[in-house]
Amino acid sequence: MKFITIDKKDWTQGIDKSRKTYQLFGPVTDENGCKIKELDADVAPDMDYHESVMSAKSVLFPQSETILTTSLNEAVDDHHIMKRAENTYTPRAILGIRPYDAKAILLVKLNFDTDDYRDPYWCDAYEATTLVGLGITKPGPFDFSTSVGCGPFCEEGLDILLADLDDHYLAKVLTPKGEAYAAACGFDAAADDKESQALFDILQLEAEKNITSRVETDKLKDKVLLDLHEAPFWDDIAFACINCGTCTYVCPTCWCFDIQDEVKQKQSSRFRNWDTCMSPLFTRHATGHNPRGAKVQRVRQRFMHKLKYFLDKYDQGIMCVGCGRCVKSCPVNIDIRQVAHTMNTFEKKD
Amino acid sequence: MDTCIKKIRELAADLLDKGEVERVIGFAKGTIPMATSPIAIGSKQEIEKLVFNSTCGLNLANFARNLKGKTAIIAKGCDSRNIVTHIVENQIKRDQIYIIGVPCTGMVDKFKIASRFKDEITQFEEAGDTLTVSSLSETKELKKQDYLRENCSLCTHRNPVLYDVLAAELVEEQVLENPFPDVDRIEALDPDAKWQHFSDLTKNCIRCYACRNACPLCYCPTCFVDEAGPQWVGKGQNKTDVDTFHFLRAYHCAGRCTDCGACVEACPMGINVRDFTRKLNKDALELFGWEAGLDITKRPPLDTYSPDDPNDFIK
Repeated sequence: MKFITIDKKDWTQGIDKSRKTYQLFGPVTDENGCKIKELDADVAPDMDYHESVMSAKSVLFPQSETILTTSLNEAVDDHHIMKRAENTYTPRAILGIRPYDAKAILLVKLNFDTDDYRDPYWCDAYEATTLVGLGITKPGPFDFSTSVGCGPFCEEGLDILLADLDDHYLAKVLTPKGEAYAAACGFDAAADDKESQALFDILQLEAEKNITSRVETDKLKDKVLLDLHEAPFWDDIAFACINCGTCTYVCPTCWCFDIQDEVKQKQSSRFRNWDTCMSPLFTRHATGHNPRGAKVQRVRQRFMHKLKYFLDKYDQGIMCVGCGRCVKSCPVNIDIRQVAHTMNTFEKKD
Repeated sequence: MDTCIKKIRELAADLLDKGEVERVIGFAKGTIPMATSPIAIGSKQEIEKLVFNSTCGLNLANFARNLKGKTAIIAKGCDSRNIVTHIVENQIKRDQIYIIGVPCTGMVDKFKIASRFKDEITQFEEAGDTLTVSSLSETKELKKQDYLRENCSLCTHRNPVLYDVLAAELVEEQVLENPFPDVDRIEALDPDAKWQHFSDLTKNCIRCYACRNACPLCYCPTCFVDEAGPQWVGKGQNKTDVDTFHFLRAYHCAGRCTDCGACVEACPMGINVRDFTRKLNKDALELFGWEAGLDITKRPPLDTYSPDDPNDFIK
């Protein structure tokens, strides 16, 4: 691990240099707000952004991604044989990713890269990606990352962590991937390790002090799963829900997808799309039966998955990094912090 | 308008107390600034949960279908028009619902307010026409009138059109020289620019369907985009499919849309979804003299035939 100083005057030139070998992604602000997307050749990342409506998950897990293709032309060899789509996994870097989004990628990895299954699309994209994080010096009012094992300067999942120091960035290079990216940019002005770490510690402390939003999740682990499942509060929580996909799509840790086939002339492709457990279609069987046909069942599923099933299965905390996007974007203001509190304090009445 | 909450609570408590209704559907205080949450209150003890202010931008008629037992509902002008539409379209019966009408002076545009601040909003207070809004770094006093949602600034039915009781005095209706300046602007574009306008509108759409699901008109048991056999529309992020969803949904709302703005309110991406429906509202007014949801005895123009139709082609 080492520290580098990057003068802001050299920033754009440096990242432009890296474009020769890296495909770049980063925060882009337009009239609809800020999103993390691919940076066109003449676009620099908006490093002054406060929050992005959408997380960085789409870089590794696009909302629509072709996974298999085949030709239906019988004159072609291998017609009707599905083969992996020719996606490229050249090196890419996400610039200015927030620490909670990087931590979210590690949580998503638990699902896409297991001993039993390896999702080749996600894993190949993950391996090709360097995460250049930007510490959060002014956490927003919805940020509750410190309550869920993350934080404004959390390093988990990152390859480089940048601290914004007005006229320059102080970069903490955390992994070989991070070293390679810094080298590709030509950023090599070494900073003193001890002083730099001390500075990072202060920034972290200051930022964490400004996080006022907290959630208690300490008792969830010991709750009996079925007690929570059968708890009486779900109807009240679900009443306002309109069953849109906003919470799941803005969430950096929601990973569910649906598979679709499409044919254009003689070319067939199979692709996956983000799916949402809020939609009745998510669980509707071909027979028409729907095991989660009612809204309340779907709302319960989302929170039980994030706050209980995931916790019980992996024992790595809840499936939430505290970014607060769902809290802010939910059209009817269903607040995961409140739901977590309700679940955490629930005692079954005998 | 914020003062009518006392009356709303009084009326609601009385209805619940006397057993005249089983629940009251209204708005609860949000957990974050500029947010409220639809809520159903079943007992007098919960009455303090009800609030009413300029951030109650969703349409509660959307929560008033498939009712079991008599239900009271808080209704702004637009909510009441969608209740009328529900009654006309046989989604609810008039006697199932008790309408607590709230004359409305408009809801605020949260995106517009947020855009005035460099960082996130931490506090929102309103007193009369003054909004006091704070972010992490500053506090501003804003005039509500300057931050109304576009549909509210163009609204000519602020008073409920159907109600059992009113929670406040009726307000003066706006008289507009031109109720459709936004449509005129788009109509004036040449075809390419017009297409570009609508194409740009959907470029950030994530197909979460918040617009559709917040819309009181969108109650089809299976929406055409969710239909799987046959599948009408592709489900990916292909631009044609995304646009098809928006265009067709708008046409399904033709002659039914009350311009309540719930679609825009719900959209997490800040898309002005109303741009798709507004021209149809204008057409309904110009061709049929029709505004949706004003009269429970009249069916919408596109599902009725009249021998004195002003157009010749059908005769």
